[in-house]
Amino acid sequence: MSLVARHLEANGMPTVIVGSALDIVEYCGVPRFLFTDFPLGNPCGPPWRQDLQRTIAGQALGLLRDADAPRTIRRSDVLWPSDDDWRPRYGRVKPEDVERLRALGEERRRTQAQARTPG
Amino acid sequence: MTETVRYMDRTRDYYRALGYPSDYVWSRFDTVPFAPLAKPLSQARIGLVTTASPPDLGNRDASGTRQVWSDAISPAPAKLFTDNLAWDKESTRTDDRASFLPIEAVQHWAAEGLVGGVAARFHGVPTEYSQRKTMEFDAPRVLERLRADGADAALLSPL
Repeated sequence: MSLVARHLEANGMPTVIVGSALDIVEYCGVPRFLFTDFPLGNPCGPPWRQDLQRTIAGQALGLLRDADAPRTIRRSDVLWPSDDDWRPRYGRVKPEDVERLRALGEERRRTQAQARTPG
Repeated sequence: MTETVRYMDRTRDYYRALGYPSDYVWSRFDTVPFAPLAKPLSQARIGLVTTASPPDLGNRDASGTRQVWSDAISPAPAKLFTDNLAWDKESTRTDDRASFLPIEAVQHWAAEGLVGGVAARFHGVPTEYSQRKTMEFDAPRVLERLRADGADAALLSPL
């Protein structure tokens, strides 16, 4: 999505990204970014929390107005409404998963190779 | 403050565990374009862009390639398809579409007068391994559609 934002801006369309992967967006470089420090999947607010979703949208829209230079990053003050158990979870590779993941990767590569074979 | 999750490291470690020989190369740019808002925010029409897919996965062409797709914000779709995206399926859920595509929240701010309005359609952009496809093919189509909707600015919310 960072690439889309860059294209829109280069063609005169202001953008704001609302997202939860700060490192990826920062590394790419985008015009305006509202960072919501949540598990990936709900950048615009926790599910079924219309109050928090409104707050976050308001912050994102405010950034459209307030930013006066690229790479403007603002961190939302809305907190994920549970403990921090989610932080170590995403994409972790546990020792007991090593063999399963290796087999999964091999299966994927086999499927991709077959898809590339004509006929 | 709690340290933020380092997704690039996590992704690299995960794909190494899958046995892929080379790491994914993330896009990085020295310069960043910037377009100032051309009118007051209270007069600006906001377009919305998501990375989710339509519920019927109907944005695939005959060759199976995913395309930019669009749908009306009214009536707002209850659900969109997100199973193919890399989000934290152990920690949260996406059954509330408003948690990743904020149609109602932006409509609320339009009713409050913070923004001038919401574009009649939202747009979906596929997440692609090929950065070239996104930059040269999909992004121009998103721009075309936002312009056709009369959008003055866009809010992009990747899952």
